[in-house]
Order: sequence, then C-alpha cells, then structure tokens
Amino acid sequence: MEIGLTHYLVISALLFTLGLFGIVSRKHSIMVLMGLELILNAANINFIAFAKFGGMNIDGHIAAIFVIILAAAEAAVALAILLNIYQHFRHVNMDEVDSLKE
Amino acid sequence: MDLITLAFYFFAALTLVFGGVVVFSKNIMHAAFSLLFTFFGVAGLYVLLQADFLAITQIMIYIGGILVLIIFGVMLTTRITGVDVKSGASGRIQITVAGIVSAALAVLLIYVSLTTVWPQSPVAEAGSTVTAIGNTMLTKYILAFEAASMLLLIAIVGAAFIARKK
Repeated sequence: MEIGLTHYLVISALLFTLGLFGIVSRKHSIMVLMGLELILNAANINFIAFAKFGGMNIDGHIAAIFVIILAAAEAAVALAILLNIYQHFRHVNMDEVDSLKE
Repeated sequence: MDLITLAFYFFAALTLVFGGVVVFSKNIMHAAFSLLFTFFGVAGLYVLLQADFLAITQIMIYIGGILVLIIFGVMLTTRITGVDVKSGASGRIQITVAGIVSAALAVLLIYVSLTTVWPQSPVAEAGSTVTAIGNTMLTKYILAFEAASMLLLIAIVGAAFIARKK
C-alpha cells in the first residue's frame, strides 16, 4: 500500500493524543512542557504532510518554521519561570504552586 | 514493500514508541532522553515528506536547543540523587479520566482522517526546498519574519531577566 496523506495524519493524531495525555496526567511541570513539545511536533507533521500532498505548497513549510520558532521562545521563557518557581517553592509540582505572591 | 515504505514505518514506530515512553515513563530523565528519539523520528518523517530544510531545522533547534534546555531544566529543578526524580503522576482517577478522554480523541481524529476525502494535488517532484523557502520568507512573509526575530530577541532578554538570581 502506497504511503499517503492519511498515514501521516494518523501518526500525527496519535502523537497529539500522547502529548495531551502527558499534559493532563502529570504534576511535574517539565513533563507538561514535554507533552507540549509532542503536540507541537504533531501539528508540524500535519502542516508538512498537507504541504506535500497539496502539490508541494511551500506555505506549509513556512508555517512549520514559525511553529518551531515559537516553540523555542516558549521553552526558554517557560524554563526561566520554572527556575524561579523552584527557588521559591523547592519543587515544581503544578497543583501545589497556588500562590501569586509571597 | 519498497524501501520508502519500510523507512516510513521505521520512523513512525520510532516516533510513537518513544513518544509513549516520554508520556508513560516513571523517571523524568528517561522521559527527557526518549524525547530525543521522538524528535529524531519526526525529522525522519520530514525527510520522507521532501522537507529537507525542515528536517535539518528540527534536528538543530529541537534536539540541539530545546531538548538541551529541557534537560538543563530537569537537572536544575530536581534533586537527582534524591527520591523525587519521579515525574509525578497524578491520582488514579485523574489518570483514568485523562486516558479515556485521550483515547476517545485519538479514535475520533483517526476516524476523521480516514473517512474524509482530502483535496489533493498530484505530488510535484521538487528538488531542494531551501530556495523556495528563502524566497517566500523574504517576500510574502517578510512582516511575520521580522516579527519573529523581534519575538526571539524579547524572549531571550525576558528569559535572562526572569531566571537571574535576586
């Protein structure tokens, strides 16, 4: 069977749900970040699969590049915030970080 | 079964199996290192989709940048020698509900992708995409390109400002 668009869509759907499950089932903030990266990768696979099977449309590639740029910026800022949370609470469990100021 | 099909199933299995390890692993360091193989598998899928520039970008930014950042984050916020290397699963009820919802969403998404008739164009044999990406980026998307560069600058300054010791 020829590898077509639906193969990539199925893989992307599975990766997306894995990331979603990781985000909602973990308390550790860095695990939540990793789930987020899985979801962004799933979105990128969709963009590039549609770009190829839509007749090698380059706009899909541009969208994927911007997703990667935003993921890099988001990871840097999120980890900076996590370091601050760790200095204050001595842990990074999402459901125990519940006060906005000291 | 030709080589392309074989390579597709190899990279797909690599992505999904290690993605599963990321999500289900008890040890957060194992999860962080499994993320490496997942990103690598996704880069392989990009190559099969004729996105050569994206594959290299994926390896350089995700594996060389974001993954290193995440591993640094794990090391700085967890006492590695202590007992809390655990990745912190929630209670049994939450996990059950999350699993049911995720599985239902997976079934729904796969059903939609299998039954919809997607509009497709005949696949054009393209060479390298680098020239096309460069031309499009600096003509049609020039404003978004400049905005992204400003965003990265602001994110760098902001991250350095937030993370410094008081």
